[in-house]
Amino acid sequence: MAQMTMVQAVNNALDVELGRDKSVLVFGEDVGQNGGVFRATDGLQAKYGKDRVFDTPLAESGIIGLANGLAMQGFRPVAEIQFFGFVFEAMDEIAGQAARMRFRTNGRYTCPLVVRSPFGGGNKTPEMHADSLEGLFVQTPGLRVVIPSNPYDAKGLLISAIRDNDPVIFLEHMKLYRSLRAEVPEEAYTVPLDKANVVREGRDLTVIAYGAMVHTALKAAEELAKQRGVQAEVIDLRSVNPIDIETIVTSVKKTHRAVVVQEAQRSAGAAAEIIAQINEHAIYHLEGPVLRVTPPDTVYPFAQIEDEWIPDSAQVLRGFDKVLSL
Amino acid sequence: MADTAMLRKPSDVTDDVLLNLYTEMVRLRVFDRRCVRLQRAGRIGTYPPLEGQEACQVASTLALRRQDFVVPTYRDYGAMMVHGVPMEHILMYWNGRAEGCEIPDDVNVFPIAVPIATQLPHAAGLAWAAKLRGIDQVALGFFGDGASSEGDFHEALNFAGVFQIPVIFFCENNQYAISVPFRRQTATQTIAEKAAAYGVRGVRVNGQDALEVYRAVRSAVEQAAAGGGPTLIEALTYRYGAHTTSDDPSKYRDPSEADAWRERDPIVQLRQSLVSWGLWDDEAETELLERLESEVTAAVARMEALGPPNPDHLFDCVYAELSPHLERQRRALRAELKDWEGTDQ
Ligand SMILES: Cc1ncc(C[n+]2csc(CCOP(=O)(O)OP(=O)(O)O)c2C)c(N)n1
Repeated sequence: MAQMTMVQAVNNALDVELGRDKSVLVFGEDVGQNGGVFRATDGLQAKYGKDRVFDTPLAESGIIGLANGLAMQGFRPVAEIQFFGFVFEAMDEIAGQAARMRFRTNGRYTCPLVVRSPFGGGNKTPEMHADSLEGLFVQTPGLRVVIPSNPYDAKGLLISAIRDNDPVIFLEHMKLYRSLRAEVPEEAYTVPLDKANVVREGRDLTVIAYGAMVHTALKAAEELAKQRGVQAEVIDLRSVNPIDIETIVTSVKKTHRAVVVQEAQRSAGAAAEIIAQINEHAIYHLEGPVLRVTPPDTVYPFAQIEDEWIPDSAQVLRGFDKVLSL
Repeated sequence: MADTAMLRKPSDVTDDVLLNLYTEMVRLRVFDRRCVRLQRAGRIGTYPPLEGQEACQVASTLALRRQDFVVPTYRDYGAMMVHGVPMEHILMYWNGRAEGCEIPDDVNVFPIAVPIATQLPHAAGLAWAAKLRGIDQVALGFFGDGASSEGDFHEALNFAGVFQIPVIFFCENNQYAISVPFRRQTATQTIAEKAAAYGVRGVRVNGQDALEVYRAVRSAVEQAAAGGGPTLIEALTYRYGAHTTSDDPSKYRDPSEADAWRERDPIVQLRQSLVSWGLWDDEAETELLERLESEVTAAVARMEALGPPNPDHLFDCVYAELSPHLERQRRALRAELKDWEGTDQ
């Protein structure tokens, strides 16, 4: 076992899969020679050669379109969108093409590609680099959307994503890239793509989060226990499409109260979907409405005010208090 | 190779323009170097240096008329300043402040394009607007060599060719898109030759030679204004520094490359010419540098004098009018931030 940051775990997962399976290809802007702007692909071109790990011209639609063509011919492309804010350029190739290729061809062609991309706020990046856009893909049938919250999951989920037979959007929160280290086995292992993870057990309140918000929620949960002796159960969703509603419902049946913490804007995203599904599956177990703690429905702000816009643990804690009071 | 081996003073450019070209280039360099230091000291955020590309940005913009539009990328804040955007706004922008986006009403500059090549169709739209309205206004869209791979570049050129509109596409070919070298970006020898595919004029100039750039853009403006349609200008140049302050160019290029380009530095070359024409001397140089250093210092002071950002701004310009739904969210955020340390709420 080695201590790894999340970006090292991503690199290691790619390394393991490139080594295991000749059909795995890694490409995108600056991923080859430069090893990626976050060093996620560092050293891989030197190790596996320019045919398998390569720089592309600067064209996102081209990158994903190329990946689709390769995937339909049996390759396992892992394509990088340098920052998820630039995924709009590739929207048709992802949502219009990759997501529905299996359906349109009655299964004759499929696009088992992985789109890896850094995203998320709190890093004082320039404009348009920090949006949480997963909601767009939660709405897209045919795609999986996976968001790890720690180095161990990142590696195991990325390996599962590469081996999965459907297109996977794999989102890596920039704030988590280097902020935590964890034990990560050097060899290959998988973490299932559609199983949420209970990261803190509790009997009084179910908290559902993913990505960097898992850590914010955990911090608020500790504070809640300290201040009021109330025990929150925190669920790390890992996948926002599909959503593991069984794990959520099991928890809600025990706690009778739930809150979703999300970094993306409030409306029509993963949180909305989670709450709808809780209503569908567990409404008679609830003692009060399920709330969400999120930023407002405004454009992702300029760097100097992003920390006020993104919920912090104090705001999340106030959200817990409110859910418990209703 | 001496790029500005002009023995004789040019007769087609006034002394004022010659001096303006020079002083604006030096202004950008002084500004740029200060910004890199400010970023290192944590006083501004991530910053994309432009050093080496001064002739491209200054000479192209000075060849425009005041009514013409500058349509910039993130690296063209130099051109923006030359066309009239206040220096402190540029500083505020790179320091992550909404105030940095403000463009004075009488300054025809578009917002900084962050997603690559998205500004080029806008430039075509601006030019089409001028043509529809029958006004004499040219749009100049900047882009990098990397941007020539994006669909938006090709779509914009094609539209410009089909509509025959007064637009100039100005490529600062600095040979790299972050780490990816020009030869890995395209199989053509030049960007300029791509224009032919769209029925657009394409020219290539030495981007280290302010006069050559100035003349090329001036002629493109004249043609566009006379109804002669679009031009693609490719200026061959080099960024001496990193792609941005978060980039490490030693990962992908040999430092000797930058050294070779510095020998053809646009500022040094023009200074030599100005001196030989009797338009410049050491005293003028010292005076200029002092004036520019204090201009930058004053702009930095104005940036740093801004109070904390006002959270109300988050809601101000999302829609023409705030919906009741957003009004509720604004009230909720205000309440949340009441006990927030460090805000003035
Ligand atoms: C659509 C899009 N994809 C990727 C990026 C990330 N990115 C920022 S600058 C850059 C390279 C741009 O190169 P070039 O167009 O040559 O301009 P230069 O930076 O050299 O001025 C990349 C890939 C982006 N900003 N937008």
